[in-house]
Amino acid sequence: MTRRPLFPFSLLVATVISGAFLLLPLIAIFTRIPLSTLVDQLGNQVVLDALIVSVKTTLIAQALILLFGTPTAYLIATRQFRGRSLAITLIELPLVLPPAVAGIGLFAAFGRSGLLGSTLRVFGLELPFTQTAVVLAVAFVASPLYVRQAIASFEAVDQSLVDASRTLGASPARTFARIALPLAVGGLAAGAALAFARGLGEFGATIMFAGSFQGVTQTLPLAIYAEFENRFEVALAIGGLLVVISALLLVALKIRLPWTSSTSTSLFLSARSRSS
Amino acid sequence: MDILNIDITVPLRSFALELALPLGTETVALVGPSGAGKSTVLRAIAGLARPSRGAITHAGETWFSSERGINLAPEDRSVGLVFQEYALFPHMSVRRNIAYGGTNRVDELLERLHLGALADARPGQLSGGERQRVALARALARDPRVLLLDEPLTALDAHTKASVRAELRELLREIQLPTLLVTHDFEDAAVLAQQVGVIVDGSLVQIDTPAALVAAPANPFVASLTGANLVEGNARAHGDLTEVILDEGTTVYSTDSGTGRVGIVIYPWEITVSAGKPDDSSLNHVTGTITSLVTIDNRVRVQVGPLTAETSLGSAERLRLKEGGQVVASFKATATRLLPLLQPPR
Repeated sequence: MTRRPLFPFSLLVATVISGAFLLLPLIAIFTRIPLSTLVDQLGNQVVLDALIVSVKTTLIAQALILLFGTPTAYLIATRQFRGRSLAITLIELPLVLPPAVAGIGLFAAFGRSGLLGSTLRVFGLELPFTQTAVVLAVAFVASPLYVRQAIASFEAVDQSLVDASRTLGASPARTFARIALPLAVGGLAAGAALAFARGLGEFGATIMFAGSFQGVTQTLPLAIYAEFENRFEVALAIGGLLVVISALLLVALKIRLPWTSSTSTSLFLSARSRSS
Repeated sequence: MDILNIDITVPLRSFALELALPLGTETVALVGPSGAGKSTVLRAIAGLARPSRGAITHAGETWFSSERGINLAPEDRSVGLVFQEYALFPHMSVRRNIAYGGTNRVDELLERLHLGALADARPGQLSGGERQRVALARALARDPRVLLLDEPLTALDAHTKASVRAELRELLREIQLPTLLVTHDFEDAAVLAQQVGVIVDGSLVQIDTPAALVAAPANPFVASLTGANLVEGNARAHGDLTEVILDEGTTVYSTDSGTGRVGIVIYPWEITVSAGKPDDSSLNHVTGTITSLVTIDNRVRVQVGPLTAETSLGSAERLRLKEGGQVVASFKATATRLLPLLQPPR
């Protein structure tokens, strides 16, 4: 009588089931209808409008995230102050918030009768259901991914290099530009890629705060939802497009990292608090 | 003369370090156990750590004054600091590292520190000794008024340390800058510096020439720290051994190899003192007058010519040692360590 080794066998079975479960929906997107039909649907006006809205809003949001997130992360990474870990926790909070909460929060802050609503109206600004609202929603949900990764990357820069730069006559600003930024750039790029991917897929907060108007606020994920009941093949085509874009981003991230000096891509890399 | 005047109190984890020291155009080493706050002194001078009290002035310019509320930023002090692990910028070539602080002297410094062939290399490709030379060149490129060296030899392996130390000694003699270095190794301090200060429990207990510290330690800690005799001479091969003619004329032999200018290290307890040439296996005999006798516990430190010997209290009494008496200090060739030194500047 031969006894089959049970343990390795059950590992294999579990792996096959997991793999099939994760891959099957992706395979289904590309095989549900003929591939040529799928590609044809990409020429549809709804798809083109959504692609333009998505690319435009995500890029603007990304620029804002880099512009404000980088100095924020540098300050938090390089200063010791009271409430530092509280600040980091607050920055990370949007990561774990349900998107619907983000949507209602943005509404309560920037809506017509929101906290800043009357102030904005003075300047003739009405944000809800505009493209600006899409940008705000994307920036709100995606920025924590960038900032926490940026904090970890700046913290990983050897303090003695920063000190050396100062003793060699460089101001804090020059030290940031020539030492801290170049040494952290790998980690910053990884954080930016993660934020970009998250922003591109943003759905819940956007649909609540910006609505889903074709050519204005309807991003690719919103278009999938809109076409889902009427033209399933259009929804499938957009889904396929997003799968390809996400896969490219992920590959770019993996290729980029090995030759940069900085930290991991781990989504949940904790911002280490420095001990003296 | 441009003098750096330091009079500061630096708060450390469990105590405060107090230091008052003028620094002229010479190399001063601060020696003390690890964790004595020696590096913090350098960081305070460079502006990277804030003293709790005191003043740092250089040639009439105040860099720090607790009384007047002055604390210049590091970039506004003319200081070249060489970090313990060298802190070279890993994303820049050797040339760009050196040019970071100042671009005028880059080629000259590459040449002078024998880095020409490595100008385009990244720090990650360099050996420990090469990294140290880059760190020195980078610090000097800024034309600093003061050079600070933090444990300059600690990051090196024992194999390369001796030659790097000799090169560093040569360089420090050449550049004629006020230099403050900290180290936990008295031997390194004795080779590199003209004046050595010993820091114990947060204060400077003694500062003097290396020879004077060995000969007349102010307290037992200094005595145990300094340990060895260090005399200089010229070496050449002599059969299996190395023959060294000491500067005061005596010839001694060592089993270590070496040629040219060398430092000779002999531990006091390896030296026996007797009235005449002893009839034993010792090859080296230095005849001289006893210039000092210091009793430490049950031992007696005897200064004979350039050497300090230690004997037990009993034998000192038996030999009736007294200051001014003529004795012979004997030690074995195997107990005679040689440290390579480069030619002194002419």
